[in-house]
Amino acid sequence: MSVTVRIPTILRTYTGGNAEVGGEGATLRDVLAKLDADYPGIGARILDESGKIRRFVNVYVGEEDVRFAEGLDTPAPQGAQISIIPAVAGG
Amino acid sequence: MSHDFGPAVALSCRECGARYPLGPSFACQECFGPLEAAYEFGRVTREEIAAGPASIWRYRALLPVPADVATKPNMNPGWTKLVRAGNLGRALGIRSLHVKDDSGNPTHSFKDRVVAIAVEAARTFGFHTLSCSSTGNLAGAVTAAAARAGLDACVFIPANLEEAKIAMARVFGGRLIGIDGTYDEVNRFCSELIGDPLGDKWGFVNVNLRPYYAEGSKTLAYEIAEQLGWRLPEQIVIPIASGSQLTKIDKGFKELIALGLVEDAPYKIFGAQAAGCSPVSAAYKAGHDVVQPVKPDTIAKSLAIGNPADGPYVLDIARRTGGAVEDVTDPEIVAAIKLLASTEGIFAETAGGVTVGVLKKLVESGRLDPEAETVVLNTGDGLKTLDAVAGESSRPTAVIRPSLDAFRAAV
Repeated sequence: MSVTVRIPTILRTYTGGNAEVGGEGATLRDVLAKLDADYPGIGARILDESGKIRRFVNVYVGEEDVRFAEGLDTPAPQGAQISIIPAVAGG
Repeated sequence: MSHDFGPAVALSCRECGARYPLGPSFACQECFGPLEAAYEFGRVTREEIAAGPASIWRYRALLPVPADVATKPNMNPGWTKLVRAGNLGRALGIRSLHVKDDSGNPTHSFKDRVVAIAVEAARTFGFHTLSCSSTGNLAGAVTAAAARAGLDACVFIPANLEEAKIAMARVFGGRLIGIDGTYDEVNRFCSELIGDPLGDKWGFVNVNLRPYYAEGSKTLAYEIAEQLGWRLPEQIVIPIASGSQLTKIDKGFKELIALGLVEDAPYKIFGAQAAGCSPVSAAYKAGHDVVQPVKPDTIAKSLAIGNPADGPYVLDIARRTGGAVEDVTDPEIVAAIKLLASTEGIFAETAGGVTVGVLKKLVESGRLDPEAETVVLNTGDGLKTLDAVAGESSRPTAVIRPSLDAFRAAV
């Protein structure tokens, strides 16, 4: 499915400064694989050596934190907005 | 322009150790880990500290602030009371108990400490607007500090917050935007706003200023040690929202030891959560080192962070120091607020009810040593969370005619 991916400031060096790029894939895993093919190196910033989402990265498909869904197997519906956001918390 | 952050010399990633120049950045470019202020401390003496102002600025040599920080318009928080809590101690069977009562800060919560550091960083970076994502106390601390510092304020909260916290944040001016969602959604929104031109030149105290802001919580550790006569408490109970405060109190204790300001003695750190938002407590009990996020449902709204970024570090610290993480239900929180108020004359907000409730639970289950010197934190003022004790507590104990006979009958 075609999706849009929102890129956080610290990863925009990979996307030529773009805050939002197009993506493709049936699941989040596919979308991230395609993203890394388009922007080599960006995948290793989001996923650790074992292929899991890094501890301090939050990924959302639409409004849903994928940790509450199916993680990397979360479906990516047509037109979905995927957001990659550094985890911070204040209170 | 050169940035003067006093003894702070760099930002360092807590996860992988990568170092970056001091700037308005908060996440490691390598691994997304949180960036923290790294220091080169000079010699610091107890006497120099004691000669300083009765505020957090007495510790300016240990904070990411310039030496003249106290001369600029600021809220000057800190140096709050450490109350010897003999009555509460007797009620719980604890020999030596103190309450660190941060409701005495300018906007009645510990958040004034962290915001004071963030304001200085915002000024240094030339930001014109002070912002935050907040569960309530922080919003009021930010709008007040911005007013004093002459900065604009625009703060973001979950729309369903306690009325008192909203009113308090609004009275200082600035914009207060309610987000239809949870705190975690507010936080996510702020992170996206930072990357957008809309948020240009904005200092989000707990996002892009977080490496500076978070250091403010170290002052709780410094004050407790100084007020105990330059000793570390043997046990301390600290509330957990994002977990930042707990990790920074640990950092503060370690710095005091490293600088020779206190004797190197062991201390145990206990974390306190509300059962309705207890992801760190659940991970602790399950023996996990990662925290599974939850959707919060508790009266302790100031602690209602379902996805606490510092949760893993809290687990490390509780285990390393021999402490624990525990949680209490909403009725236990209310009971603990009333217990603290009726024994020590301190009216705590719900977060204080959480720490006192957890203190009670820990001592009753034998995990907290009743013979060891113990400190419990009250981080905010009960007037902000009146709803928690409303109902029966909002009515007189009796209503009578103004006559002695009526009074005699009522008592």
